[in-house]
Amino acid sequence: MFDNFPLWPVRASSGAGNVDALYIFLLALSAFMCLAIFTMILVFATMYRRRRGIEAEQIEGSTPLEITWSLIPLAIFMVIFAWGAVIYFHERTPPRGASEVYVVAKQWMWKLQHQEGQREINELHVPVGRDVKLIMTSQDAIHSFYIPAFRIKQDVLPGRYTTVWFRATRPGVYHLFCGQYCGTMHSGMIGQIVVMEPAQYQAWLSGGGTTGSLAASGENIFQQLGCPTCHRSDTQGRGPNLVGIFGKPVQLEDGRTVVADEDYVRESILSPSAKVMKGFKPIMPVFQGLVGEEQLNALVAYVKSLTPSPSGTAGGPGSAPAGTKSQDPKE
Amino acid sequence: MSDSQIAVEQHGPELLHHFVDAEQQRDAASLGMWLFLATEIMFFGGMFCAYLIYRYWYYNEFAAGSRSIDLKWGTINTAVLICSSLTVALGVRAAQMGKRKLLVVLLLLTIVFGLTFLGIKGLEWYTKFEEHHIPGHSFNASDLEKPPYSNGGIDQQHEQIFFSLYFAMTGLHALHMIIGVGMFIFLTYYAWKGRYSPKYYTPIEMGGLYWHFVDIVWIYLFPLLYLIDRKPLG
Amino acid sequence: MATAAITAEREHYLNNEYGIRSWLLTTDHKRIALLYLISITFFFFVGGFFALLIRLELLTPAGDMVQADTYNKLFTMHGQVMIFFFLIPSIPAVLGNFLVPLMIGAKDLAFPRINLLSWYLYIIAGAIYVHCILTGGVDTGWTFYTPFSTAFSNTKVIEAGIAIFIAGFSSILTGLNFVVTIHRMRAPGMTWSRLPLFIWAHYATSIIQLLGTPVLAITLLLVVFERAFNLGIFDPTRGGDPLLFQHLFWFYSHPAVYIMILPAMAVESEVVACFTRKRIFGYNFVAMSSILIAVFGFLVWAHHMFVAGISLYSALIFSMLSYLVAVPSAIKVFNWTATMYKGSISFTTPMLYAFGFIGLFTMGGLTGLFLACLGIDVHVHDTYFVIAHFHYIMVGGAVMGYLGGMHFWWPKISGRMYPEGWGRLAALLVFVGFNLTFFPQFILGYMGMPRRYWQYPPEFQVLNVLSTAGSTVLAVGYLLPMVYFLWSMRYGKIAEDNPWGAAGLEWQTTSPPPTFNFEEPPEVTWEAYNYEQIPAPAEVQVER
Repeated sequence: MFDNFPLWPVRASSGAGNVDALYIFLLALSAFMCLAIFTMILVFATMYRRRRGIEAEQIEGSTPLEITWSLIPLAIFMVIFAWGAVIYFHERTPPRGASEVYVVAKQWMWKLQHQEGQREINELHVPVGRDVKLIMTSQDAIHSFYIPAFRIKQDVLPGRYTTVWFRATRPGVYHLFCGQYCGTMHSGMIGQIVVMEPAQYQAWLSGGGTTGSLAASGENIFQQLGCPTCHRSDTQGRGPNLVGIFGKPVQLEDGRTVVADEDYVRESILSPSAKVMKGFKPIMPVFQGLVGEEQLNALVAYVKSLTPSPSGTAGGPGSAPAGTKSQDPKE
Repeated sequence: MSDSQIAVEQHGPELLHHFVDAEQQRDAASLGMWLFLATEIMFFGGMFCAYLIYRYWYYNEFAAGSRSIDLKWGTINTAVLICSSLTVALGVRAAQMGKRKLLVVLLLLTIVFGLTFLGIKGLEWYTKFEEHHIPGHSFNASDLEKPPYSNGGIDQQHEQIFFSLYFAMTGLHALHMIIGVGMFIFLTYYAWKGRYSPKYYTPIEMGGLYWHFVDIVWIYLFPLLYLIDRKPLG
Repeated sequence: MATAAITAEREHYLNNEYGIRSWLLTTDHKRIALLYLISITFFFFVGGFFALLIRLELLTPAGDMVQADTYNKLFTMHGQVMIFFFLIPSIPAVLGNFLVPLMIGAKDLAFPRINLLSWYLYIIAGAIYVHCILTGGVDTGWTFYTPFSTAFSNTKVIEAGIAIFIAGFSSILTGLNFVVTIHRMRAPGMTWSRLPLFIWAHYATSIIQLLGTPVLAITLLLVVFERAFNLGIFDPTRGGDPLLFQHLFWFYSHPAVYIMILPAMAVESEVVACFTRKRIFGYNFVAMSSILIAVFGFLVWAHHMFVAGISLYSALIFSMLSYLVAVPSAIKVFNWTATMYKGSISFTTPMLYAFGFIGLFTMGGLTGLFLACLGIDVHVHDTYFVIAHFHYIMVGGAVMGYLGGMHFWWPKISGRMYPEGWGRLAALLVFVGFNLTFFPQFILGYMGMPRRYWQYPPEFQVLNVLSTAGSTVLAVGYLLPMVYFLWSMRYGKIAEDNPWGAAGLEWQTTSPPPTFNFEEPPEVTWEAYNYEQIPAPAEVQVER
């Protein structure tokens, strides 16, 4: 609209149009309601202003009227609710096969790790038209990953993963804001989302010196920390075999069943005795304080890669195992 | 009948001027105290809510923590509090019947029971201090045993949450007890001065209600904290 | 014939005793109301001062007026002062304290000494908070989110937490007093269905204060303990859950907003009835709507947490419930509007505030529908859209209700009339200044400007400048009543017992009322808002 004085955010994702449509509907509804009420008040204030000799007429009320103006708004509200719920449901259900990017938020910067190994700080390069799922955690306080142009936002919490997804539809550079107050430079924890044509994105990917894919770094760390000692790829290990485990239900010692999602893998590294798999003893050493968030992400990516994706190829970007829920069963 | 009792019949100093009559004053005091107790339920309720959630998530740690606090003292304290509620209830009855000396004795007994409870609680806390179970820098709960029927382990950090809640909940309960004891000291003094009679014993009744409430909070705290997992080990 | 009361000769609550002790040790609900009036006005200007500094910093995109840490303290303390030390007490502690016994025909509240205690608790809390401000302040945001507040903030979180904890007890005691008074001390003949809607709304407010505030108390206490004693209840590195804090916090803080708006709705009913000279349309529905707002208000707290990491299903439930709570508020707006139909309307200052209230509350309430909507909230949560929404309700609604009420009952409280011309001017300035300040913020929010931002991208500047300009107009609008109310206490026209010709027991006693409110205890034989029995004043008593 106006270049230096914009009044509407740009639409750059597949979901933005839906959000805007609902918003415009609400704007229209609100404008109508305001107009109706303000006009009525204006008319009444004029027609029924105090004049000598004319008394007010005492009217007790009208139950039919009360019911009408309770039920009609309620019905409209339910429509708004349902419409919003559908959009929200869609927003919180990442599509299968989405590329994954791991995000670590810390005071006051964003660290991003692509599946292919590319690392970025305060910037995220993505190709147009690709579903991208962000798997995010915080190193300290609560932050929030907010891209107005995509109409998405998700709080980023310490101690667990949260996810958000989008599909960019317009090349360009868009604001990334931290949307949850997190201290001194909360307003400086901003960056940009760079949406590129697919060819340019490929070029960018191969341009920077990468250290191999995220899963490959994870495998390195896995070896360095001595994990294969117990987590063997046969049934002889003192720890469970991790091949094929990601995304599947796991039975625990105390009888509960949980899904082996990102949060479970993370928790098992940091607090191994919390959810011990049935048949195994709680002897895994605690790695809290010994691995950083980015290393954890790499390890998670590695464990994920040990489960063949539905298309049959193990590992690599785009393998989101069937039935994965990215939220801890706690919530 | 004592002079003060005759005075109350007409318009005693206890009847405050803004009330129409003694009955309105009594009704107001009663409703006021019940509403205040409702706020206390909400106050403790927040902590109970936190407790229940963490207990569900970290059962092993909570069970181990529960086993590490002394059931003997907890039980004795429960008995002490129940007896104190008995003396309070009997005290209200004594006031109703105009038995001043009996009332004073019962109030004093209540105070003694209350102080006993606090003393035992202090002892328990001291034991926890010696065992390094107080959350903070010197926290060390590696001496706690996991339940034998489970292969789950005890996470030290999660264990701290049990003890944090233990101290917060018993601490706030103890604070309410201290306030209760203080209130009863005043009540005892005025009872000894002869202020209460069958016509006017509202403060005793209201104090009693408060005391019973603090007792009930303990009745909930005791099983939640002490009785999580008392199956014999081994 | 109506004779102006010669206040110097007649005994009333202001002149029956003199001296500082008679004020600081009073148990008269009317004097306590004035004690509160002075203290909350002080905090209003403290909070307003912080707001002005915020708006000045936001004139430019860069953070160039104060440091980032200072800015973070400014918005935190603006919020905490305005909410806990101004808005929550305001109408209940000033107008409620003054009017509840009068309106029901009682001599005082049920517990006058507890009433005084509640003021002292407020003062102690306020003193601690002022000390906190002067010795470094607090920067957690008014919402104290963990783990920032427990583990990362380097400011006086404990002190601020303790201050607000104590202020909470002041609030609880006020609520307790009102509920018991309304239940037990109504005059003969004053049945529930004859109560003014002011009383119904304050009753509902008091229920929320009683049941909700203790949860805030325990939550803040746990935060204080965590910081002071290194407990780990909300600490994620120890398995604590930061979301647990949010649930506990919002369980109070959502109903808290109804504590702030219901009393303003209380005022609205009285003012609209008087200046349309009519019983409020749909009395039963308006009374019930207050209770419904209080009840439903407890069921919607997690609509502040749609992107916090709660489950999809929780979010769906809370969104739906949030729409339910909007219905009773809508009912009130429709009923007030319908009251104007075939009324006899005069445009005094209180009525101007009442018109402003309906308009601004409607706009604020409608934008609540946007926020309750899951798909929209994801985008506008924690942006200026939310800020605009709640300021429309709390400033456009609650503060205008407060000012309207102060003007309406000023003759009763002080025995003087305020100058009507100045009153209308101030109302207009407040209305215009308010809209200019906050309407642009809706646009800013949808565009994506997050809240609590010390610096911002340049494309947001024009709207921020407009907003700051509006705030200066608003400030003038707020300063005027300070000046002329004080002026009127000495030079204002002496008020009659019932200068507005209003219904309600408070107008049947003198202005100002005698110490024990009524010469004779009233006996009520008429319905509320019996305007058909009350002659309109020959001219509305105004000071030109």
